[in-house]
Amino acid sequence: MQSFKAAAATTTNTDMFCNSSYFLSRHQTRFPDLGELDHPAVAFHHDDAVDLSPSSFFSLKSSNVGVVANNLHYGALNTTIGAAEIVSSGTGCLDTGQFMYQKGTTFGSSLGNGHIENWADSGLADNSQQTDTSTDVDTDHKNQLHGVQHGPIMVDSVDQSKLKCGDQKTLRRLAQNREAARKSRLRKKAYVQQLESSRHRLTELEQELQRARQQGTFIMTGLSGDHGHSVMGNAALAFDMEYGRWLDEHQRLINDLRSAVNSHMGDNELCILVAAVMAHYDEVFRLKSVGTKADVFHMLSGMWKSPAERCFMWLGGFRSSELLKILGNHLEPLTDQQLMGICNLQQSSQQAEDALSQGMEALQQSLVDTLSSACLGPTASGNVADYMGQMAIAMGKLATLENFLHQADLLRQQTLQQMHRILTTRQAARALLVISDYTSRLRALSSLWLARPRN
Amino acid sequence: MHYQGESWGYYMPTSSMPSDTMERVVKLASESAVVIFSLSSCCMCHAVKRLFCGMGVNPTVYELDQDLRGKEMERALMRLLGNSQAVPVVFIGGKLIGSMDRVMASHINGTLVPLLKEAGALWL
Repeated sequence: MQSFKAAAATTTNTDMFCNSSYFLSRHQTRFPDLGELDHPAVAFHHDDAVDLSPSSFFSLKSSNVGVVANNLHYGALNTTIGAAEIVSSGTGCLDTGQFMYQKGTTFGSSLGNGHIENWADSGLADNSQQTDTSTDVDTDHKNQLHGVQHGPIMVDSVDQSKLKCGDQKTLRRLAQNREAARKSRLRKKAYVQQLESSRHRLTELEQELQRARQQGTFIMTGLSGDHGHSVMGNAALAFDMEYGRWLDEHQRLINDLRSAVNSHMGDNELCILVAAVMAHYDEVFRLKSVGTKADVFHMLSGMWKSPAERCFMWLGGFRSSELLKILGNHLEPLTDQQLMGICNLQQSSQQAEDALSQGMEALQQSLVDTLSSACLGPTASGNVADYMGQMAIAMGKLATLENFLHQADLLRQQTLQQMHRILTTRQAARALLVISDYTSRLRALSSLWLARPRN
Repeated sequence: MHYQGESWGYYMPTSSMPSDTMERVVKLASESAVVIFSLSSCCMCHAVKRLFCGMGVNPTVYELDQDLRGKEMERALMRLLGNSQAVPVVFIGGKLIGSMDRVMASHINGTLVPLLKEAGALWL
């Protein structure tokens, strides 16, 4: 084998298979089937499927080096394999035996008495000629010598006697292998084309999305003509997408935390993971703050949540007091001080929620009062000033809606932070996992419900 | 919850003197354990009031829209808080706590109740 290596150093860019065999020998671990390369004088197994990019295979049998390439899967190696170089030095790098290649190419090469049958290599420049005629080794050799376009290839003399036997079988093998290689080439081509078109489509979509964002137009619904709505719709869409990304990242962080807890990681490292999740929660509150300023009704609607989550939503998000109730038993064992802290936290978050809820009710009532003022129904006069006045008041009241949503999010954020303060690192890690699992279940429930069979 | 309206026997000059107004605010704030400056039409003020009532506290509420000098006081409070929303503003034991977000944050992190107890607004 080392002769290969020595030879390879002097190879030119001739598309000869010696290089691939060199490659194979060097990188055998990647191709388990190439173990046979280690064994000289291994017979060529024609039954083995050969899928060599560019769908060429070769078999080298020589007195010195019997290199057999079977089941060469070169998907990863692409055309570099095609550019096989057979180089031999005087030390007999390749005492060429039979070089059998898929059809399609004439590979001019002087292989000593290398009996080159077919050289199929789509990466080769000289692709045009010669497919399946090369049964007669001797004549082929002469023919192919004319097609030489590549650098010098020196191969030692081959043992001719070995080539004569089994010609019939050889022919069949050759044909089969040619066919297999051709098919795999076509498959590869189709696959690559598909990849290319997908990639093209992806960049197109990305560009479209970018443009749509910049122009503030709807891309999903057909409301592109309505610029009044499009800005809000854009904000809603933007939030939905950011939230989706946040969820993915959150899941990733939670998974890291879970494996850390299960592997009994030390507190110092666990602390870092917990802090990362907490910081990530801060990020979602920041996103919600931006979203609220841009489109308060969208945030309130909860359309960015799954249906089941939406059902339990309170003022645009989760209910802190409920979360603490869920955590309940999962936090044990708690010290007395911790227990009191958690109880106080539950009580204070409940009180804050009640206060905000009552404020919201007052807001609703006040809006109803404003909109149902005197000039409604059949008695409504064309008093535009009154109407506009009432509308202005109503608009002012709506503005406080943003404030309520903002306070609710602050409440949620502060509850989480206080919980983090009260608990130990390990308890906090467990708590975060419990919370995440609970919301995951709600989401899963939504999916199941949506997909349920209806009779 | 009881409301305390302010009534003045004489009419103050229109040129507002901020220091006077601020002094008045501070004076009112220190007269009771829990003082809330509010507007009767403000829903967030309503929420703050409900929060204290829910805790069993009896705050002193000044509705600035029912006060002759309410506008000035609103402006003074806006300057004090440094934002565009004058109300609601909460004082406990004469000390400025802040608006709804500060009150809520203080309640969640457990510092509100001790403050209330210290000011004598809560017993338990």
